[in-house]
Amino acid sequence: MSTRFTVNGVERDFAGDGEMPLLWYLRDHARLTGTKFGCGGGFCGACTVQVDGVAQRSCLLPVKAVAGRSVRTIEGLAGSGLHAVQKAWLEEDVAQCGYCQAGQIMAVVALLERNPDPAPADIDSITNLCRCGTYVRIRRAIARAARELSK
Amino acid sequence: MSTLLLAVSRRTFLQVSLTASGGLLLVPTVLGVAAAADGPVAPPNPLGINLRIEPDNRVFIGAPSPEIGQGVKTSLPMIIAEELDADWALVTVEQLPLGIDFSGAEPRWIYGSQGAGGSTSIPDAWAELRQIGAQARWLMRQAAATRWNVPADSVATRDSHVLHADGRRLPYGELVAAAALLSLPAEPVPMKSRDEYRIIGRPQRVVDANDIVTGRARYGIDVHEPGAYTAVLLRCPYFDGDIASFDDQAARAVPGVRAVVVVPGPKPGEPITMNLATGIAVVADDTWSALKGRAALKVEWTRGPFAGESSAALDRQCDELLSRTGQIVRDDGDFAAARAGAARTIQARYRQPFVSHAPLEPQNAFVHVMADRARVIGPLQQPAGASRAVNLATGIPRPAITVEMTRVGGGFGRRLTNDFVAEAALISKATSWPIKLVWTRDEDLQHDFYRPFGHHELIATLDASNRVTGWTHRLASASKYYRRANVPPEGLWEAELYPDDFPARLVPNYRLEWHSVQSGIARGSWRAPAHTANAFVVQSFLDEIAVATGQDALALRLAMLGEDRVFDYAQHGGPKFSTARLRTVLERVATAIGWGRTMPRGRGLGLAAHFTFGGYAAHAVEVEVSPQGALTIHRVICAIDCGQPVNPLGISAQMQGGTIDGLSTALNLEITIRDGRVEQNNFDSYALATMAQMPKDVEVLIVDSAESPSGCGEMGIPTAAPALTNAIHAACGVRIRNLPIRAQLAAAFNPAT
Repeated sequence: MSTRFTVNGVERDFAGDGEMPLLWYLRDHARLTGTKFGCGGGFCGACTVQVDGVAQRSCLLPVKAVAGRSVRTIEGLAGSGLHAVQKAWLEEDVAQCGYCQAGQIMAVVALLERNPDPAPADIDSITNLCRCGTYVRIRRAIARAARELSK
Repeated sequence: MSTLLLAVSRRTFLQVSLTASGGLLLVPTVLGVAAAADGPVAPPNPLGINLRIEPDNRVFIGAPSPEIGQGVKTSLPMIIAEELDADWALVTVEQLPLGIDFSGAEPRWIYGSQGAGGSTSIPDAWAELRQIGAQARWLMRQAAATRWNVPADSVATRDSHVLHADGRRLPYGELVAAAALLSLPAEPVPMKSRDEYRIIGRPQRVVDANDIVTGRARYGIDVHEPGAYTAVLLRCPYFDGDIASFDDQAARAVPGVRAVVVVPGPKPGEPITMNLATGIAVVADDTWSALKGRAALKVEWTRGPFAGESSAALDRQCDELLSRTGQIVRDDGDFAAARAGAARTIQARYRQPFVSHAPLEPQNAFVHVMADRARVIGPLQQPAGASRAVNLATGIPRPAITVEMTRVGGGFGRRLTNDFVAEAALISKATSWPIKLVWTRDEDLQHDFYRPFGHHELIATLDASNRVTGWTHRLASASKYYRRANVPPEGLWEAELYPDDFPARLVPNYRLEWHSVQSGIARGSWRAPAHTANAFVVQSFLDEIAVATGQDALALRLAMLGEDRVFDYAQHGGPKFSTARLRTVLERVATAIGWGRTMPRGRGLGLAAHFTFGGYAAHAVEVEVSPQGALTIHRVICAIDCGQPVNPLGISAQMQGGTIDGLSTALNLEITIRDGRVEQNNFDSYALATMAQMPKDVEVLIVDSAESPSGCGEMGIPTAAPALTNAIHAACGVRIRNLPIRAQLAAAFNPAT
């Protein structure tokens, strides 16, 4: 039995193992490698994507669980231009090694879509890990993106 | 095509030629300098970059060093672009592959030394890169002057154009054909003065940022080569353990699994030159099939010679070692006499845990071993070492091994070793397939080259006016030089104690003593090796002396530094150590945090300053400790003197990140050992700090300096932890001598629970 869903608006039909975590489907089969593998246990958030607009850790989410649903990855974030969160990331020069940043951005986009004016405690709800320690600039980028989106 | 050689320095020549597409190519060549055939040792005059100016005026600069998040892919090209007087917006930076020329008697670097480690990329390259840019600019000016028939000294440059006083201007791109035919002076050409800088010293953003935020940046783990299979390994968790028996029938039955391969590790006690542990590889069509196959393996391990090892046993070993006299590695004056005559002696014992690198991109490598050649692509910190590892694993001669570097998802020292490349090569050799090896997080945390563990005993003697007259630092540690070829037992200490570090020569009777802890866990370089341990204990102990004698902690430090002096510094980061530069960063953070002000109850300030690999850094931290022992970090300020700042935005990023790394590690992180294996296996048991647990801001003060630049990738860490624990003591009177801090504060305030 195959699993049908959309990724970044494109219809997908996966005939393989429905238990495969969405992360490995995206990376190995759809070749959307912007979503990263960091820990495989749902701790680090490098694999964060949106499923029907909600941030999810794709390393623990079986493909069969997204049947009929809409998945958005970092590759699907920019439209004709960069998303306001991506722009804020550039303005604040957030990335160091950059590996966790796609997951961070996807988590922040989901937060701001739900809560356009996040309080510090809301920002603290983002538990994505950054081994390089870019948290200071992530905070600034979130504030900048929130200002931009509320205009 | 014309080719010209121009001397950049005594050993370096710039080769100038036209490319097939009509671009001007400038390639520095290190003549007569061998690329280290054994060990990642830089040649004495390393550089490595190339520069191409296209007819359409775009500039391409090849970046030789791997980008692991330290920002060299931005900062090194900035140095060339500055002297070239290029428009930074027209500059594109390209990662160069590993370049070693094996055609001569000795291997030679083609693009200069390629590797990252020890914060050396910038200091190594500074002089040469500037001269390369200056020579390219000289060519542009000559070519324009010839075209206009005016003297060369009458033309100027700006933003990739040559300008004449009468308003005429030519883009560099229109001059490349003429420039390639010019004769060049034998002597180095003049370079800009600091006040002419337009790129160096100005904030420049990360060059690959657009690719990073859109998910296009290519890391090693993103490599999907045609025909490649994915491999995952199950390694023996016991130090130097082995396979007793295994059953792979179920693993082979998993759909998509193509092979199961035993990968032998090093023999117990022998130098570690390839992989770290014996394991069983499952090779499959994709990662998920390989993981399912691995989960289906049934393996019995032998527990090896270290089965009885535990963290508690290592603590006991340190106690026992420190009860005796060890190897004296520095002995100035007469500490015993100072102690006998002291008005007062202060003593304290500290403990540093093993910690793991845990870069967020797990180890991985693509290796294809063919009959007579091999190909490597990976997130590599030492690409020449990757070539060596494949050579050792396969016997394929190094000239037949090509190595490409991707962007690297963090290193922190972990990827100085190429054990994961050797594994991929062994699996590819065994199967004859192209193999992409991917580590999982549990394997990464259990098979690292960990930051050394150790116990430190500090003893200070004071005279009647509370001046420090004697200082002894006794360290029992498991050296990071673990099972390295060519390091004799009596040299193990050299990775753990740096004899010229503060306060050597500032205290007349000064003694360093080392004891070798025996342990089966592998150790290696962890960001700012040895400095993270020694800065913590020295800067904590200074505070203890200040508290015990009723002195101000800043005043005590300044008194010990004394009048401004420059000492020789024989270890990495030398050749000189300036007390004035250390004093300056200390004073900068003290002033910024308002040192000396009266603090509310439960709040405290802490300071620390240290010289790390050529850079001077200090931290000031303000914390609050609640009556229940809850810690809040209110303010963190750091100051950095890394010489001429190249990219202030990159420097502040490194200092912020280093600070967070230092705080996160001090608060929470420890690798513990039980039954001869590591206990932690993911980010729940090895809990890197989240954003909520870290201070909201890290303020960075960059000292403006005309000194030759040092790197800054490691300078932000060593002083963060002692500034924090000194602040904790000031806030609540609890002295943290055992890292990580974890629940120690809560335990101190709630003794019954």
